[in-house]
Amino acid sequence: MNKRLTRKWLPAVAVLGLGVSLVACGSSKSDTASDASTTDTAAATADTMASTTDTAAPDATAVGSTSWDTNFTPWKDGKPVNCKPATGPLKAAWIYVGPINDGGWTQAHHEGLKAVQAKFGDQVVTTYKENIPEGPQVLTTIDQLVKDGNTVIFGTSFGFQDAFVTAAGKYPNVCFEFETGFKSAANLSQAYGAGEDGDYLAGMAAGAASKTGKVGYLAPFAIPEVIRGVNAFTLGVRNINPAATVQVVWTGTWFDPAKERQAAESLISAGVDAISSAQDSPAAGEAAKAKSIPWVGYDSDQNANFPEVWLTATTYHWGVYEVPRIQQVLDGTWVAGDYYGGLDDGFVKMATFGKLVSADTQAKILAKQAELAANSGSQFTGPIKAQDGTEKIAAGASASYGDLMGMNYLVEGVLGDLPKS
Amino acid sequence: MNSNLFMVIAASAIFYGTPLFFAALGELLTERSGVLNLGVEGMMLIGGVTGAWASQHIGGTSWFVVLMSILIGTSAAALVGLLHAFLAITLRVNQTVAGLAITIFAGGLGLSSYFASVWNVAQRPATHPIRFLDVGGLADTPILGPIFFHQNILTYFSWIAVVVASIYLFRTRVGLQLRAVGESPQTADAMGINVVKYRYIHTVIGGALAGVGGVYYSLAIIPTWVDGMTKGAGWIAIALVIFGFWRPDLTLAGAYLFGALQSLSLTLKARNMHINGDLLDALPFIMTIVVLVLLSGGWAKKRLGAPASLGVPYEREER
Repeated sequence: MNKRLTRKWLPAVAVLGLGVSLVACGSSKSDTASDASTTDTAAATADTMASTTDTAAPDATAVGSTSWDTNFTPWKDGKPVNCKPATGPLKAAWIYVGPINDGGWTQAHHEGLKAVQAKFGDQVVTTYKENIPEGPQVLTTIDQLVKDGNTVIFGTSFGFQDAFVTAAGKYPNVCFEFETGFKSAANLSQAYGAGEDGDYLAGMAAGAASKTGKVGYLAPFAIPEVIRGVNAFTLGVRNINPAATVQVVWTGTWFDPAKERQAAESLISAGVDAISSAQDSPAAGEAAKAKSIPWVGYDSDQNANFPEVWLTATTYHWGVYEVPRIQQVLDGTWVAGDYYGGLDDGFVKMATFGKLVSADTQAKILAKQAELAANSGSQFTGPIKAQDGTEKIAAGASASYGDLMGMNYLVEGVLGDLPKS
Repeated sequence: MNSNLFMVIAASAIFYGTPLFFAALGELLTERSGVLNLGVEGMMLIGGVTGAWASQHIGGTSWFVVLMSILIGTSAAALVGLLHAFLAITLRVNQTVAGLAITIFAGGLGLSSYFASVWNVAQRPATHPIRFLDVGGLADTPILGPIFFHQNILTYFSWIAVVVASIYLFRTRVGLQLRAVGESPQTADAMGINVVKYRYIHTVIGGALAGVGGVYYSLAIIPTWVDGMTKGAGWIAIALVIFGFWRPDLTLAGAYLFGALQSLSLTLKARNMHINGDLLDALPFIMTIVVLVLLSGGWAKKRLGAPASLGVPYEREER
């Protein structure tokens, strides 16, 4: 009997063990300097564009010209945290919500890791964990990373936030970098950037591309950063076509390619003739391509893959922030704080324009881009009305940083409810 | 543009229901033989990534590439099915554990992502995706045309498959023997039916059909491989088998219902109608639970088709 039991269970346990170990090797890799030689093509193309803008707008703050730290504010009473190991190389880890090749959010963060690795070589050992579900259980991932000797940990999805706050209290000598959220601690920084500036510019492209003035938008979750993006995009659309509307569909997921495509199709069948997707995969582009509908992507330049329908996209360049931060750790000058990058320091860049964006529209967008680089968030200058017509920002007033960070209403011109949370 | 609400939802239900149906049909055949396979999600992903790889590496006409990609993706998933068969039938391990292990081992974090990175298939759109194929002039038929005759080759194939599988299960001798193996392997064995052979074959077929579902994701829905792109479709397929009372026709209807409900929720939102999408999204799962509750009664179990020996390893000496 005993023997039979063993015979029955042993293989099962062995297989489970095999599975788990394979998961471990599949999802966690330590990059060495030589691995990090892949060229960041998205960044390269965006650089080209940024330099075009430099010549177009000599008077304003040139796009990508300022230093990252103009956009960084240490927390009040923030003191340097020493998280550099006494001996050996610095170990830094990134925790991702999706796969490193999602063609969007996670991939952009992974480019940041690669930039760090390329810059520091064997001074820094980088590690990443991909496909980590959001929620409190991410704390076990952090525990493991700390146990492995990582002293800088990047969290890259909103739903990891509470676990990071807990971990920051638990490990005071580890530097935590959170991308993106809003909570603070002595050793927990927050970083993001003015995606809404890029979204406004992308909205202008969509507004010009739409003939009927009916534009669609795929939005993942009704959190302030997404709402801000929907609003900025809509303002951009209406900059070009004041009568246009933006129909939003909340998908309830960051990443679910099939559902994203299905949602895009539902918008197209409802009659929109330009579409924007704030999802992590380029699936909406596939729906757009099938019906020849101009498409604004998100966080990834898909011009090469969807040349027939591509307009542009807002892209984030995390290396702009992460590389100097790691330098600070090595120098012993790291202080926790809040970083909000923009078009000015090159954290936010527009992807290349597709062939559907006319020269005239491009010129308008580039002029506005120079304006937003010099004065981030100025697209939210009043009067800004909510969907129901109530005035949210008075005429001539500009939105404060707090207004932007806590935005919880949709502006006039957006169709579709905010899901109740 | 044709924007009749019913037609939009019906066409969408079929397009997105098809991969669920293939995976569910495979699971149905496997379960009919008495083997529970919880590795469907992993098998779909293996099929998907291998199919995407094949479509990038095979030369020739578009048709040839598409067919070979489907075939290769399917074969790879069948191999994983064979692994499950070996564990479940030969080694007689706990089938739940083995299936879960396969989903973890082959799924979103495991082997499929590993292959994607070593083969460099991610983020490379397929040059020969599975496209819509209009049947003769029928696609222009009002209403029915866009729904039934503007689909892709795998969808047309799924309609053949449902008929073939129904006839096979309920109208042929082999099908009867298969059901006997799933109901009572002891009796089947006594009748001279080779239980092990039946179970092996149907577990491998189950893997292959899960692979077809996976290829559908990576070559038809978004003709680009993205890690973990099935996003739980394998689990929905397992629920669908229960939902469809282990019958191919009802499983097909169930797959379309799942596709339709998701489409309905999104389509209503896109037309700015005020609805609670969460409830609609949850409806298929609520209905699956209702079916499970129904099945918990002995009478229902007998009448509704759950194989009596599902998940129980067969050992001759234990008779």
